[in-house]
Formats: sequence, structure tokens, C-alpha cells
Amino acid sequence: MIELKNLSKTFQTADGDFQALENISLTVRDGDIFGIVGMSGAGKSTLVRCINLLERPTSGQVLIDGLVEGEAGPMDLCRMTPAQLRQARRSISMIFQQFNLLMQRTCLKNICFPMEIAGVPADQARKRALELLELVGLPDKASAYPAQLSGGQKQRIAIARALASDPKVLLCDEATSALDPTTTRSILRLIQDINRRLGITVVVITHEMAVVEEICSHVAILDHGRLMESGTVQEVFSNPKTEEGRKLVNPDGARVARMFPSSRIIRVVFNGGSAYEPLVASLAIDCGVKANILGADTKNIDGKAFGYILLGLPEDPEQAARAMSYIRSQKDVMVEEGMDEHG
Amino acid sequence: MDKFWTDLGEALSNEALWAEFRSGIWDTLYSTVLATLFACILGLVLGVLLVAGEEDGVRPLPGPVMSVLNFVINILRSVPFLILMLMVLPLSKLLLGTRIGTIASIPPLIIAAAPFVARLVETSLREVDKGIIEAAQSMGCSPFQIIWKVILPESLPSLTGSFTTAFITILGYGAMAGAIGGGGLGKIAINYGYNKYNYAVMLIAVIFIVILVQIFQALGTSLATRSDHRITNKAGRRKLRRNVSRQINRDKRSPGGM
Repeated sequence: MIELKNLSKTFQTADGDFQALENISLTVRDGDIFGIVGMSGAGKSTLVRCINLLERPTSGQVLIDGLVEGEAGPMDLCRMTPAQLRQARRSISMIFQQFNLLMQRTCLKNICFPMEIAGVPADQARKRALELLELVGLPDKASAYPAQLSGGQKQRIAIARALASDPKVLLCDEATSALDPTTTRSILRLIQDINRRLGITVVVITHEMAVVEEICSHVAILDHGRLMESGTVQEVFSNPKTEEGRKLVNPDGARVARMFPSSRIIRVVFNGGSAYEPLVASLAIDCGVKANILGADTKNIDGKAFGYILLGLPEDPEQAARAMSYIRSQKDVMVEEGMDEHG
Repeated sequence: MDKFWTDLGEALSNEALWAEFRSGIWDTLYSTVLATLFACILGLVLGVLLVAGEEDGVRPLPGPVMSVLNFVINILRSVPFLILMLMVLPLSKLLLGTRIGTIASIPPLIIAAAPFVARLVETSLREVDKGIIEAAQSMGCSPFQIIWKVILPESLPSLTGSFTTAFITILGYGAMAGAIGGGGLGKIAINYGYNKYNYAVMLIAVIFIVILVQIFQALGTSLATRSDHRITNKAGRRKLRRNVSRQINRDKRSPGGM
């Protein structure tokens, strides 16, 4: 389990102090794929770098258990000795947007690197590295150099290298942001596969909601260094509680609200199961209210389809109220009001 | 001009002179190789300290230590080589028992070249991508492991270029040492050309020096290019070779000297 407690990070810059993280507390359970999302500059990268202490928090605790031999309970990484921290880091692997492979080493030697550092005998390391090459689907690239690989292949090698030290946690810092959509999907599949097969806890930092939708079980939304909300992807994505959450989950909402400033916009969310075409039609037939469809989309969260439509209701309050109560009475449907306030 | 041609004719048929050239080439080679070797070892250590020891380096050293290090390197690089050589000659006397000859020129060459090499090494080491160092840190590397297993191997091609530059510069300065008692091709050139107005012999000595420089430059460039695995195709290799040789050429007679 990873537990961040009251984590803050302040950078000293030429223009004074800059608070990158403000009192962040969150828990990542073992075996989760935990997504941390936010706009650029929200502090996501700083947050993930605090987990392995590449960035030392100004205050707060980073508690992870089972990292240091002979220590039963969770330990605060901030209070470890340098030697303990090095040992702990071997159980917290990290992959990066720019892959950060050793350019003068072959792929095989790259994967051997963490084992070399940990003092694993060379022949044993080599054997393990070959297995890992197999696992990431690049068994023929053992003697290739990183410069000879495509971006997706480089990230696969980086993942193999990250797994070489048998980590408990895998941190992904915008690991797919430099890749094209198809490659991104295949890398995400690989990460998901690793999570399921090896039980490694994964923390994913990304600005792409699609990445979270694709693989995460839990998500935290970060904005200007503050944790806005967190929970299961299902909860947060189907019903974001904060304005920042809504903006990230449903960027269309804000856009539509700007486009139709006068109308009363609601967001109708279908919690799987029911099809949503009939609703608008039956709204017109049963209540005689003509609603305007301003936008619609489906999201696939954890294998379940979630759909939503943005409706513009008539300005007449009586008609609008009738429509609201009608929609609310439907099964598997959730309504959010006042989209126009979030523009 | 007539004198030049008679001198040349005489030089070409003069067995004793050729023997002098042979030993001159040998003296130049071994003193340059030895001085380069020691200067590079010393420069490598200093360069690593400069990069690893800075405030956000992999193993920060106390600020005052870094200031002293930088100060000494700057001062040593500011003294013109010929004068530095004169200043260091007593050290040769102390270490080797003589202040004259090829051997005696080696300690001053090392002391003059080491700070220069340190700066070259510093530049090479800084070329290593910060992300790679960070990745190594995230894997639990100690500072020593990062230097030894990441920074040095990753910058090896660039270091090879730097060491080639060092070799060529030291060869040039070794020739200069001929003016104050050093041996080798430089001594022959100065002796004949300056003292005896025998330009033909000087020209031959200079040609030998140029040939030596060209051989080592080609060797260094080729080593630096071949060892760089960031390049995968012929065009890239050609481009890199051009860059390396440009780098070596630029630093060959760097302003302010070593």
C-alpha cells in the first residue's frame, strides 16, 4: 500500500516560492492501477516523483510497506537513510515519457542494468532479461541498441527494465504521451497485463483521460497542486463532484455551455444497461417537452459502457422542471444540473 | 630560395639527419602519449568532480571545495603555456632529476594540460541526458554507480573526442617545449629553422608533426564515431564524424591555451 500523508512541495524560484503540491493525502491499495490526472502544470509529475523521492517533499509522509528488509510496517521514505532509500527504490520502478534508456547499451544490457546495480550474478541477470524481453514481446531485440527501436519498442524495453528488479510498484510518468494512439493502446495493454499477472501496483500519471478510462481502477484529480477528488474511475467519471473534475471528464460540457449561454443545460448520464435514444423521444411524447441534444458520448469504464448526453432544456421554468422530474424518474439514469455554471 | 633547395637536397641525403628525425618522432610520440595519458586521468577525475560535485550533481560537494577547484583550474588555464612550463620545470628537476630533455617536458605538459582536459571532460559529461541519470537514481543507483556505470559509459564517444583534442593539443605544446630544452620534432624544427635558418629541415619537421596530428585525429574521430551507438545509419555516422572532427579542430589551438 502506498499512503501519501499531507504531502506538500514548495519550489524556490527566482520569483519567490512556488507551491507545486498542497497538502495531498491519498492511498493506493496493493494491486490497483491508480491514475493521477490533471492539466499540465497541475503538479502530477511532481507528485509521482515524490513517491520515489526523486523529488523530496517539503513536508508530509510517503508511506510504503514491505520495501526494506526487516521492516514489517510501512516506512516513511522521507526518513530513510540514503542506503535504505536506494534499497527501497529497487522495489519502486519508474518508466518515463522519454524512455530514458541507456543509449550506449544494448536492450539486453539495459534490462540487466537494475540487476547489475543490485548485485545479481551476470548469468542469472541475463537469463531473467531474456525472459523479460519475451514478456514485453521483443525477444529478437536483445542485441539491438535503443536508437534502432521505435518509440513503442523503446517503452517496452523500459518496461522490461522496470520489471527486472521485481518491483512492488510501477510508476508511469506520462509513459504514453510521446506515443501515437495505436502504440499507446498496446503499451497500456501491456501495463494492464503486468498488473494482472504480476500483481504489481501501478501509478499512472497522465493528462489524457482516455488512458485512465482504458486501464485505471482508481483515479485522483489534481488541479494547481491540490487534490480535487479521488475514488474509483467509475465514481469519478460518471459523476465528478468538483468543477475541475467535470472539466477534465467532460470537456465538452464547458464548451457547449459557452456555445449556448442562454439555454439551461443538463448532463444526463446512463449508468450502463439502458439505451439512451428513446429518452429524448419519450420526453417529447410523454411530457411534451422539446429538449435539444447538444452533445453525446460514451465512455468505456472498466469494461462497462457509460453514456451521457448534454441536453438543452426549454427556458420556461415550468417545462424544465417537468423534464427534470421525468428524467430523474428513469432507471439507471443520473442527472446533473447547471452545466452552464462550470464554463 | 636557392639556399632552400640546396638545404633540402642536403637534408634528404643526410643519414645523420634522418636518424635525428627518427629519434625526434619517437621522442614526440612517447612524451605526448605519456603526458596525454596522465593529463587525461587527472582531467577525468577533475571533470567528474566538477560535474558530480555541483549543487544539483549526483554527489554534491561542499560549495567552498567546488569554488577552490574551479579557481585553481581557471588560474592554471590562464597562465600562458610557455611561462607555466618554466614555472613547473623545478618540479621536473625534483621528480626526474633534470630540467632538460624530452622527459623533463612531461610533468609541465601534464600540469598544463590537466585543467584543460578537465574542462573538456566536463563538457562531455554534461551532454549526458539528465533523464537517464534520473532513471538510474530511480533504480536505486549509488552516486558512484551513476558516475561509473551511467555517466562515463554514456559519454564515452564524446570523451574519446575530448581525449583526441587533448592529445593533439599536447603534441603541439610539446613542440613548443622544444624552445626551452624539450626534445622531439619541435626541437628539431626550432633548432634548424630558428637557430640555423635551415628552413628545409624545419619544413620536414613540420610535415612530420602535421602527419602525426592527422593520423591521431583520424584515429580519434573514427573511434569516437564507431563507439557511438546513438547512430544507426551511414548518413548519421558521416554527420557525427564531421561534428567530432569539427570539435577537435575547434579546440586544437584553443584561445588562452591549456
